[in-house]
Amino acid sequence: MQIPLRDATPSGPTGMFSDSCYNEMYAPDGSVRAHYARLAAWLASTPAERVAHMRKAAQVLFHRVGITFAVYGEDSGAERLIPFDILPHIIPVSEWRELHAGLRQRVRALNMFLHDVYHDREIVKAGKIPEDKVLQNAQYRREMQGIGVPGGIYAHIAGVDLVRAGQGEYFVLEDNLRTPSGVSYMLENRKMMMRLVPELFAQELIAPVEHYPDLLLDMLRSVAPHGVHNPTVVLLTPGQFNSAYFEHAFLAQQMGVELVEGADLFVKDDVVYMRTTSGPQPVDVIYRRIDDDFLDPVAFRADSMLGVPGLVSAYRKGHVTLANAVGTGVADDKSVYPYVPDMIRFYLGEEPIISNVPTWRLENKEDLGYVLEHLQELVVKETQGSGGYGMLIGPTSTAREREAYKQRVLDAPHKFIAQPTLSLSTCPTFVEQGVAPRHIDLRPFVLSGKDVVMVPGGLTRVALKEGSLVVNSSQGGGTKDTWIVG
Amino acid sequence: MLSRTANNLFWMARYVERGENTARILDITYRMSLMPQDRSVAQKEWFAPLNITGTLFPFSGRFSTVGAHDVLRYMVLDPDNPSSIMSCARAARENARAVRGAITSEMWEVLNSTWLELQNFNESRLDTEGVSHFFDWVKERAHLFRGVTVGTALKDEAFHFNRLGIFLERADNTARILDVKYHVLLPSVEDVGGAVDYYQWAAVLRSVSAFESYRKVYRDVITPLRVAELLILRVDMPRSLHACMREAYDIMQILARPQAEEALRRAGALWSELHFGRIDVIFNRGLHEYLTEFLTRTDALGQEINRSYFTLS
Repeated sequence: MQIPLRDATPSGPTGMFSDSCYNEMYAPDGSVRAHYARLAAWLASTPAERVAHMRKAAQVLFHRVGITFAVYGEDSGAERLIPFDILPHIIPVSEWRELHAGLRQRVRALNMFLHDVYHDREIVKAGKIPEDKVLQNAQYRREMQGIGVPGGIYAHIAGVDLVRAGQGEYFVLEDNLRTPSGVSYMLENRKMMMRLVPELFAQELIAPVEHYPDLLLDMLRSVAPHGVHNPTVVLLTPGQFNSAYFEHAFLAQQMGVELVEGADLFVKDDVVYMRTTSGPQPVDVIYRRIDDDFLDPVAFRADSMLGVPGLVSAYRKGHVTLANAVGTGVADDKSVYPYVPDMIRFYLGEEPIISNVPTWRLENKEDLGYVLEHLQELVVKETQGSGGYGMLIGPTSTAREREAYKQRVLDAPHKFIAQPTLSLSTCPTFVEQGVAPRHIDLRPFVLSGKDVVMVPGGLTRVALKEGSLVVNSSQGGGTKDTWIVG
Repeated sequence: MLSRTANNLFWMARYVERGENTARILDITYRMSLMPQDRSVAQKEWFAPLNITGTLFPFSGRFSTVGAHDVLRYMVLDPDNPSSIMSCARAARENARAVRGAITSEMWEVLNSTWLELQNFNESRLDTEGVSHFFDWVKERAHLFRGVTVGTALKDEAFHFNRLGIFLERADNTARILDVKYHVLLPSVEDVGGAVDYYQWAAVLRSVSAFESYRKVYRDVITPLRVAELLILRVDMPRSLHACMREAYDIMQILARPQAEEALRRAGALWSELHFGRIDVIFNRGLHEYLTEFLTRTDALGQEINRSYFTLS
């Protein structure tokens, strides 16, 4: 198969598009991989009834704790559990070290890119990325031009989606630099597993993840405006009808910071205050889980009921830190994604440790022609889309769907990219009929403050439908605990 | 703490307490209805829970007669009745959900699992297991919630607003329960001091878990005057108006601040009148009149608290 690769997009290794995908637990000869040996032994020696009981117990517990999410478009207030699978995704520590280095490298470069595009735009001048990719991007915020942010950090919290394809090579599928979610599931999944199978934690050295809220709080305090010694941190949520409200409340509670809604804050003389029972109290750092557009009805969408009038003005004066910064979307946009390897080379002078997935940009006539001819083999995504909405998965699509999608692409080719249908790696997963391989991905959460840190592992998402490659919780995906063992 | 958070905590507590007291009122009405008595009296008794909770009017809009079956259905599981136990549990959970960061995980889990368990109740299950069993369960969940709060929560402002909600709601509810005798058909002259009268007052005591305390305190027969004294003026009786207002006043002193002086004054006035009050004076004025005024003043105190703490800018 011929893949027209542009710019410096690294070419995929051979075997990447083969039908047989990498199985996390079993080697091709059917033997259990070494880092899964203990789990396999446990599985073989544990009666099926006990396992069934555990799966049920997990459900009841998650319901009681209220780890639910709201699905848009359903009855308002409908709460659903994200299915949890008790078979963990296991990664040997040697592999994780490599991923850790690759993630640090990537997120450092992305932050440098963000600083650059809002200041001197050296990367544009160097011809590494077309100017219109940056300036014409809907996510580019002119309000941020020339504004200094503490430590030059924009994407304080990054969720980087990793997949494995081919013979097990890792690829970055996408960067999430706006308000990435899912970390509460990582933490709750671990808590659940320690409760359900303490014996496995006793036998095996499984790297802990429970200190994530400490790292997060530490990072948020470290990026307070200059001169603030004991900063007040708050978490800004759109409110309890947001699909990720559970996570917002959970993180606020774990960090011991106030969970605020827009109406709890106000701005006076470019200083942000929260309304408390003892009067106004100044706020220094806002971990915001509201999109840029809704942050401030004065600066952005005037119809936003969620935001705080005057917030962006206070922010631009440096009186408050927003994490993540305004305007990070320009770096995680799917149309900018193909340039990330070049950012790494440009800013760090290093070769990318983790590769990008080869990507066709449909604004190129050549790419467009190829993609339209091979729709059935490819995954086509909107550059502005997220959450698995609005994408076409060639191999599982019908002719009618492809035809409809083709029309949408032709109407605005620059709004789409295409990627090969990766044979994502599979991990054994409990399904109705027993244990079966299901496709997974991994989202580690990378924190950038004075340093770039992360807890080992991340959130493993699993596509529960047989053959499905869509792991998003909004579309029938589930989650697993992720173990870094060594 | 955030004004909005304080407001949610206050109402979370009030709804837990209200749900429990609704169960208590219904339980007692149910028990009283089992007493051997005139059928017309028995029917009248089912007006009491509706009168106490102020839901007679909406109820009458949906049901033509007032009877055990419909009142229970309306007051227990009806999601459209804002005073039903189901609605109280939902409101308590929703308030808790809005402030999950401000309460402990254990507190949240009690309210959440109570609400989830309530989803499994329906009329036929109530019939099979018996309503008394259900009311006991509701009371246990409320006990559990308060115990978990005391056992896990930091004694900070969140704790105090939560407790303030409990005691204001409880004062209100005890006053309403005590007034139940007014709403039930008054016994005829020959019944005063008779068996029916005795059982009804005993039932009032039992509904607020005060029957055994009564025996300990008075070591004598049950009389209306003493029942009222126990439930209004005794500070050592945990559900009495005096005990509730004392707790409320104590909490408001902890929460005192310049903009809340009027709220503190009102709480102090209510407390001191109970502290120095006499039951014969109250009876001379009329118990029903006294309780009605008490409810009006507690409501005004609640509004003053709302103005002083929850609606700041």
